[in-house]
Amino acid sequence: MGAMVDILKGVMATRSGKIGVVLVTFHLVLALVAPWLVPFDFDAQSAVIDHAGPSLAHWAGLDILGRDVLTRTMLGGREALLVTLFGTGLAVIWGSFFGVLAGYLGGRVDDLIMRSVDIFLAIPWMIFLLLVIASFGNAPMVMILTLGFFYGIGVVRMARAATLEVVVKDYVLAAKARGESTLSIMANEILPNVRDVLMVESAMRWSWMLLAFSALSFLGFGVTPPTPDWGLMIANSRIYLALAPWPVLMPMIALSSLIIGINLTADALAKSLGVDKTTRALV
Amino acid sequence: MLRLIARRLIFAVVTLWVVSMVVFSAIELLPGDACQAFLGQMAQGKRLENCRTEHNLNAPAYVRYADWALGLSAGDLGKSIKRSKPLEDIIGPRFRNTVILGMTAALVGIPLAILLGALAALYRDRRPDLWISFIAIFCMTVPEFITGTLLISFFSVWLGWLPGIVIMRADAPLLDVLSKIVLPVMTLTLVMVAHIMRMVRTSMIDVLASDFVMMSQLKGVSRLRQVLMHALPNALLPTINLIALNIAWLMGGVLVVEVVFNYPGIGRLSVNAISDRDFPLVQAIALLMASLYVGLNLIADLLALLLNPKLRSRGVG
Repeated sequence: MGAMVDILKGVMATRSGKIGVVLVTFHLVLALVAPWLVPFDFDAQSAVIDHAGPSLAHWAGLDILGRDVLTRTMLGGREALLVTLFGTGLAVIWGSFFGVLAGYLGGRVDDLIMRSVDIFLAIPWMIFLLLVIASFGNAPMVMILTLGFFYGIGVVRMARAATLEVVVKDYVLAAKARGESTLSIMANEILPNVRDVLMVESAMRWSWMLLAFSALSFLGFGVTPPTPDWGLMIANSRIYLALAPWPVLMPMIALSSLIIGINLTADALAKSLGVDKTTRALV
Repeated sequence: MLRLIARRLIFAVVTLWVVSMVVFSAIELLPGDACQAFLGQMAQGKRLENCRTEHNLNAPAYVRYADWALGLSAGDLGKSIKRSKPLEDIIGPRFRNTVILGMTAALVGIPLAILLGALAALYRDRRPDLWISFIAIFCMTVPEFITGTLLISFFSVWLGWLPGIVIMRADAPLLDVLSKIVLPVMTLTLVMVAHIMRMVRTSMIDVLASDFVMMSQLKGVSRLRQVLMHALPNALLPTINLIALNIAWLMGGVLVVEVVFNYPGIGRLSVNAISDRDFPLVQAIALLMASLYVGLNLIADLLALLLNPKLRSRGVG
C-alpha cells in the first residue's frame, strides 16, 4: 500500500499528472454514482420539439428523439469503462505471463511464443473484433474476452523485453542456484522488477482499448440501443451537427477528457518511474 | 547479407501461410456456416441446399481450405455470397482507394512528423518542444471519428470550403479521388504525425547525447550539418521498424475514417461485408490486410538492414 502512495505522489508531482489523475478520478466516480445523480431517465422522451438547445430543465439540450443529453452523457461511459477496465486487466495478466515466461526460459519456448506473437500481429484485429461481435453478440463478457485477447499480444512483447533485462541479474541466478521453481522465480524475482514497465503499459493499453471500444460503438457494434454510450451518441447525432451541436459535443468532450486524462496520467507515471514509453509499438 | 534477406523472405511467406490458416479457421469456428450466416432466418430447405452447393460448403473444411489457398496463390480471391461480381472486381478498386488514402497521408505526414520530432528534440523541454508535445497528445488521444467530425464541422459546416463526405464511385479516376480526400487525409495525418513525431523525438534525444555527435561538435561541425548529417539518419533507424509495426494500428484507424467520410475503401467494405455476413469477402479482406502488413514490415526490415552497417555485418536479423 505504501508503494502505491509513493507512486501516486510521483504522478501528482507534475502539473499534467495532476490534471490526468483528476480527470480519471472524476470519470470513475461519475460512472459509479451517475445512476443516482441523473436528472432524467436515460430513455425518457420529452414532449418538447426535438433538437431543443440547452434550457433550464435540460442543461445540455435534447437529442433527435427528445432525450436529455446531459443524462445520457453522464451514463454514456459506464459500459466503456466496465469493458475496458476488465479487458485491460485480462490483457496485462495473460500478456505478462507469456512475456515473462518467454524472456525467462529463452530458447525454443521464447522462439515459439515470439513467432506466434509476430503472426498474430499481422492479423487485422479490427475486422476480427467486428466479426466476433457480429457472431456472438456484444455482451460485455464477449467484448472483454476479445479485447483482452487482442490487446494482450502487445503486452507479451513488452513484458519479454523488460524481462530480458532482469534475467541476467545476480538475484535471478541466485534463485536459480537455490533450486527455486520456474513459477516461483517468475513471480518473486522477475515480476516485482518489471512491475514499473507493466504499470505504464497497463495505463497506455487502457487508453488504446478505450479508443477501440469507442470506435466499435461508433460503428454500431459496441452497445445495443437505447443504452447510452458516447461513441454511439456521436454516430447517431453526427448528421444533425449543423442543426444541433449539443448531442455531439457533450459525448465528445466526455470521451476526449477521459482518454486525455488517462494519457496524461500514463505520461506522468512513466516519467516518475523512469520508464521510456514513446519508442514502442502500439499493437 | 543475401542469406539474411532470404531468411526474412521465407519468414514472411510462412507468416502469411499461418495467417491464412488462422483466418480460415476463425471463420470456421463461428456459429453456422457462411450460407446460414448470410441467409439468416431464410436458411432452410432448398435455398440453403442450393447456396451450399454453389459455394461448395458440403466439402470438408480441409478440402475447402486447400481450394481457397490454391486459388489465392493463383490470384483468385474466391466468390462473394452476396454479390455476383468476382471478389477481385469488388476488392480491387476499393483497395486502390485505401492505398491512395494511406499513401497520401504518409507522404504528407511522415516528413512533417520527422521535422516536428527533430525540432522538439532540439528544443527539448523548452517552449517549442512543450507546445509540439502538448498538441501531439491531443491529436493521438482523441479518436479519429471525433477529429474527423470536428474537421467536418469546421471546414464544411462552418466555413463551407470542403465537402463533408466523399461522394464517388469506387472506381473513380485517380484525379477525382485526390480532389475529394482532403479531409480524410487530414484526419489520418493528424493521428499519424502525433505518433511518429513522438518516436522521432525520443530517438533523436538519445542520438544527440551519444559520443559521435559530441565528437562532431568537438570537430567543429556546424549545428545544422550535425543535426542533418549525423544525428537524424541515426535517429530514424529505430523509427522505421516502429512505424511499420504501428501500421496494423493505423489500418484500424483507416477503417473508422472511411466510415466517417463515406469513403469507398477497403475499411468500409469490410464493415459492410461483416454487416452482410458475407464471410468469403471478409476472409479475403482480412488476408489482404495481413499481406499488406507483412509486406510493409518486410520492406521496413530490409530498409533497416540496408541503412544499418552493424546489422549488415553481424548478420543478426
